[in-house]
Amino acid sequence: MGKVIVVTSGKGGVGKTTSTAALGAALAQRNERVVVVDFDVGLRNLDLVMGAERRVVYDLINVIQGEAKLSQALIRDKRLETLFLLPASQTRDKDNLTPEGVERVITELKRVFDWVICDSPAGIESGATLAMRHADMAVVVTNPEVSSVRDSDRIIGLLDSKTMKAERGERMEKHLLLTRYDANRAERGDMLKVEDVLEILSIPLIGIIPESMDVLRASNIGAPVTLADARSAPAMAYFDAARRLAGEVLPITIPGEKRGIFGKIFARRAA
Amino acid sequence: MTKMLTDARSIRIKGRSFLAVVLAPDLPFDDWLVRLDDLAARSAGFFLGRPVVLDVSDLPIDRAQLKDLITELAGRNVNIMGIEGGRPSILGPGMPPALKGGRPVSDEAVAKEPIIELRNGEAKPAAPEVRTALQSMLIREPVRSGQSVIFPEGDVTIIGSVASGAEIIAGGSIHIYGTLRGRAMAGSLGNASARIFCRKLEAELLAIDGIYKMAEDMAPGLRGQSVQLWLEGDSIIAEKLI
Ligand SMILES: Nc1ncnc2c1ncn2[C@@H]1O[C@H](COP(=O)(O)OP(=O)(O)OP(=O)(O)O)[C@@H](O)[C@H]1O
Ligand SMILES: [Mg+2]
Repeated sequence: MGKVIVVTSGKGGVGKTTSTAALGAALAQRNERVVVVDFDVGLRNLDLVMGAERRVVYDLINVIQGEAKLSQALIRDKRLETLFLLPASQTRDKDNLTPEGVERVITELKRVFDWVICDSPAGIESGATLAMRHADMAVVVTNPEVSSVRDSDRIIGLLDSKTMKAERGERMEKHLLLTRYDANRAERGDMLKVEDVLEILSIPLIGIIPESMDVLRASNIGAPVTLADARSAPAMAYFDAARRLAGEVLPITIPGEKRGIFGKIFARRAA
Repeated sequence: MTKMLTDARSIRIKGRSFLAVVLAPDLPFDDWLVRLDDLAARSAGFFLGRPVVLDVSDLPIDRAQLKDLITELAGRNVNIMGIEGGRPSILGPGMPPALKGGRPVSDEAVAKEPIIELRNGEAKPAAPEVRTALQSMLIREPVRSGQSVIFPEGDVTIIGSVASGAEIIAGGSIHIYGTLRGRAMAGSLGNASARIFCRKLEAELLAIDGIYKMAEDMAPGLRGQSVQLWLEGDSIIAEKLI
C-alpha cells in the first residue's frame, strides 16, 4: 500500500504546487512509483508546472463521475517513467468533488503507487478538507511571514480533527516545509526567523527552500525544479526534503548561513 | 459655540459577558404561561435579577402577539433584555433589542438551579441544590489558530501554546505551559478570583470575570514574560513569575 501525502497551507501562493511537483519528481527519481494529484478544481496549475497541459484529456472529476477510468486520466511524465499526474478539471464545478468519489480514487491509487501526493487548493473549504481527508501524512508549506504561519497553524488544527486518521483516533504525521526563504531578507530581519516559525507551529521541519529564480525558470519550461536543474539550490533542498519524507535522517542547513544551526533544529526535531 | 471636550477623564467602556437564561415559549402562549407560573411558584425568584432572553425562532406570531407576551412576562417580574430569532417585521421601537450570536452553555453553568426546559410540555421539578466537585480540563497539545476551548465548569490547563487566533474560555482559571498568543478568558461565568497563568505572554486579549485587556493595553515590559494575572477591583493586575 502506498503512502498518501497532502501538500497544504491554508494561505494561497506559498508554493504548494511547486512543492508537490518538485517532491513528486524527486521521489520518482529514486525509482519509486509516484502520482501527483491536483485537487485545485477550477484553478488547476499542477499540469502547467509538470509541463503536461497539452496532454490532459480526462481529469479527476471525470473519474469521480464515472465518465473515465483512472487509467485513462493518468498522464505519464515524458522524462520519468515512474511519475504520473492526475489533473484537476478546469471547467467543472468543484461541487463534483464528492467525499465518496475522492475516497474511491485515493484507495485505487494507493494500490498502484508508492506515493500519492495531493496538491491542495488554498483555503479551508471543502476542496482543502477533501484533499487532506485520506492522507497518511501532511506537508505543511509555510513562508516565513506571520499570515502564512497563522494560516498553517489553522490547517494543522484541521489535520488533527477533520481527517480520517484523526477521526480514527490516530496521529497525523505532519512536516513543515519552509519555502521562499530569502537569506538577504532574513539577514535584515525582514522575515520571521526559522526558530520562531518552528516554535509557533511545533511540528518537525523537513526542509527550507530558498527563494530563487530557478523556480520560475523551471515552471516556465514546464518542469519540476528537481528535474529542470537538479544542481540548483532549491532543487537540492527539495531532494533532501524528499529523502526525509522517505524516512532518512539528515541535518538541515539554513540557506545563506555558512555553518548550519542544525544542532539546534535537530534537537527540536527529536523533541 | 461648540462645546469643548476638556474633561481629561476618558469614558470607560468595558466588555462583559453575562450568562442569560433563555426562555423559548411555544404556542398557545396562554398554556405556556400557566406552565411558567407553575415553575415560578416552585422556584421563587428564579428569574429575579437574571438577564432573560426570549427565543422566538420559528414561532408564527405577529408584533401584537409578541408585545402582549412581553407585557405578560413583565407582569410576572420577568424583564426581557433581548429577543433572539425574531423576524425584523415583528420587532420594533419600544421592544427589547434583537440579539444574535448567543452560544449555548452547559446546564450546570446556569448557576445553582438547573435550567428548566419549558418548551416540551411538562416542566421538570427543580432539582435539589447539589455542589458538584470542581472540574478541570487538561489539553496536552498546542491549541491552534481557529480553535476554541470552552469549559465553563472549571479550570483549563494547556501543555503547549495557544496560537494567535485561538481562544480559551474557562469558568475557572487558565494555566498555559507554553506561549499565549491568542485570547484567554478566565472566570467567564462571573468568578473574580479566577487567574490566568502563562509561560510566555504574547496575548491578543485577556479577560477575567468579563473585564478585558487588549494587547495594546498591556505593559510592554510584560511581553514575552512568564506572568500571572488576576483581578483587583475592576483592573487586571499582572506580575512576572520569576
Ligand atoms: N522557492 C521559490 N522561489 C521563487 N518563487 C517561488 C518559489 N516557490 C514558489 N514560487 C513562486 O510562487 C508562486 C506561487 O507558487 P505556487 O503556485 O507553487 O503556490 P501555491 O501555494 O500552489 O498557490 P495556490 O494557493 O494559488 O495554489 C509561483 O509563481 C511560483 O513560481
Ligand atoms: Mg497551487
